[in-house]
Amino acid sequence: MSWLAIATLAGLGAFHGLNPGMGWLFAVAIGLQERSALAVLRALVPIAAGHALSVFAVAGLIEVLRSVLATRVVAIAGGVVMVGFGLWRALSKRHFAWAGMRLHGWQLTGWSFLMSSVHGAGLMLVPVLVANPPPGVHQDHALHAPSDPGALLWQGLAATTVHTVAMVAVAGAVGLLVYRILGLEVLRKAWVNLDLVWAVALIGSGAAAVALTL
Amino acid sequence: MPLWKPDPTFYPSPRQAVTAPAEKLAYVAAFDRSAEKPDAIAVLDVDETSDSYGRVVGWTDLPYRGDELHHFGWNACSSALCPAAPHPHVERRYLIVPGLRSSRIYVLDTKDDPRAPKLVRTIEPAELAKAGYSRPHTVHCGPEGIYVSNLGGADGADGPGGIALLDHDSFDVLGAWEIDRGPQYFGYDFWWHLTRDVLVTSEWGTPSMIEDGLVGELLLGREYGHAIHFFDLRRRRHLQTLDLGDQHQMVLELRPAHDPTKEYGFVGVVVSVEDLSASVWVWHRQDDGTFGIRKVIDIPAEPADAADLPPILQPFGAVPPLVTDIDLSVDDRYLYVSAWGIGKLLQYDVSDPFAPRLTGEVRLGGIVTRAAHPAAPDERLAGGPQMVEVSRDGRRVYITNSLYGAWDDQFYPDGVGAWAARLDVDLDNGGLTPDARFFPHGDEFRGLRVHQTRLQGGDASSDSYCFP
Repeated sequence: MSWLAIATLAGLGAFHGLNPGMGWLFAVAIGLQERSALAVLRALVPIAAGHALSVFAVAGLIEVLRSVLATRVVAIAGGVVMVGFGLWRALSKRHFAWAGMRLHGWQLTGWSFLMSSVHGAGLMLVPVLVANPPPGVHQDHALHAPSDPGALLWQGLAATTVHTVAMVAVAGAVGLLVYRILGLEVLRKAWVNLDLVWAVALIGSGAAAVALTL
Repeated sequence: MPLWKPDPTFYPSPRQAVTAPAEKLAYVAAFDRSAEKPDAIAVLDVDETSDSYGRVVGWTDLPYRGDELHHFGWNACSSALCPAAPHPHVERRYLIVPGLRSSRIYVLDTKDDPRAPKLVRTIEPAELAKAGYSRPHTVHCGPEGIYVSNLGGADGADGPGGIALLDHDSFDVLGAWEIDRGPQYFGYDFWWHLTRDVLVTSEWGTPSMIEDGLVGELLLGREYGHAIHFFDLRRRRHLQTLDLGDQHQMVLELRPAHDPTKEYGFVGVVVSVEDLSASVWVWHRQDDGTFGIRKVIDIPAEPADAADLPPILQPFGAVPPLVTDIDLSVDDRYLYVSAWGIGKLLQYDVSDPFAPRLTGEVRLGGIVTRAAHPAAPDERLAGGPQMVEVSRDGRRVYITNSLYGAWDDQFYPDGVGAWAARLDVDLDNGGLTPDARFFPHGDEFRGLRVHQTRLQGGDASSDSYCFP
């Protein structure tokens, strides 16, 4: 993986971590309920696991597809799916509905997995994944040659790890900042509609993925 | 179109909600008992600095007659900030207004002209019947959509009553909320401990037990509701029933603590058939994980001359207090208790929920007392303080005087009239004072009776919070 790819994956992770809907807000709520800053961080562990699972589901699929199909095809298909998903996110008025706040361990992982999945968190990584040459393949041939599925899966896992570490670091920092210093008032002032931003990001990078590979 | 920033009327915690600006408008459900005119939402000017303060400044007539408007609520509220399914960029703009008698549910848009809400959707009884219910009552905005409790079953069935779930955006009826209702059969009010995944329901009676008036034999036979039920909010399954004892007839309004780290709440009982007293109880989580309940306020009946009483009460020679509504301030400090029979609004300091302390009372109306309002000292008032609404900052309390058409007629047979009042609260020491400038009554309401009030931007019984 190039440094640029690592930086982009981490940047997307930070972007996801910043979104209150992706987990830090839930962690803060749990921390406030238990009156413990440690509980904020503790809750982020299963949340990060759920996010990683959701991202890896997409990253793993992309990499496996690249082992049987030309990366160009995967990139175009992935880009089209991203644009479609982004349009759905932008135009649908429906929001994620979930009742239940007393979640522990794997339940919180499950919640985070669903939350990340319906927001297309993994999809957002597609352009980075397909731009990354398969292991052992020179950049010049990267768009054409199928490659070893095992090595590709490891690459997907590495991408997921980089992304999730950045996501949980930012989520933890923001969560603690809100819990300890800023307080909840910040929600009313600074919580911009990230769902709209996400939709635009998905459409934009999906279109870019298609345009760049054509 | 979704908002870019969260709706400014949403607050993450009750501590922040009490800093909300004072409301400028209030919406009041008004109905024509004779069903000759359409029911309406009356809009009251509650802005102290306005020339029309205390007057009705707008009306929205509904297209049908005989709906009997009763309770109503907002499409969205502070629960939209809850972290499990945050959607704070929706707007609090629609009033969800059920017709308790007709089973129609109206959706009114308050955004374009807040003084003249516009009807944008009518949910017909047949659509509500898809959930298996009729006679819609309480409305709450919650995590999975809009929840509406119902007293009756569908297609002529008297029961069971229960909760219907409506889509947040389209207002389509999604279906019955319950997956397993356990022994719950009667419906009335409901609310929840959102962060604890607990939903609580209370019991009045089925449509046949209430629509033609209070049935004496059923009451003396102790057949009205006398229990509350706890459900798992996430799994939608019945968890526990707490029976208050069958002498405690009609367990109505549920007011859980707003502080989401607390697991207690208040519920009012209309009447005890043993001595006609009324009571307020506190449910609370116990050490073993189950809920317990304890009576904390007892309001005795007031002896009266049979000649002063309506026929339904003459055999008893006393006026029952009839606690028909209670409301808890957003800071969980003051509990307001309506004693509709004796014409009193009582204020209790409930800082210690198990040891309420009476801190204020106002007499208005009452079956025997007919206490006047300071704005019209010569007018004998019928009805009594009934539905109570408390402003978010806890400084103002609004009351209206009608209970339910058929029951008004039994307890105030010479006419219940129509009036609303505002009481000012002394937050530091407790105490209530009627505002002499605020007394819309009589013709101001065009001959309609007035039931519940909702305050613009939210009030003490409209919002629930996920952060302490």
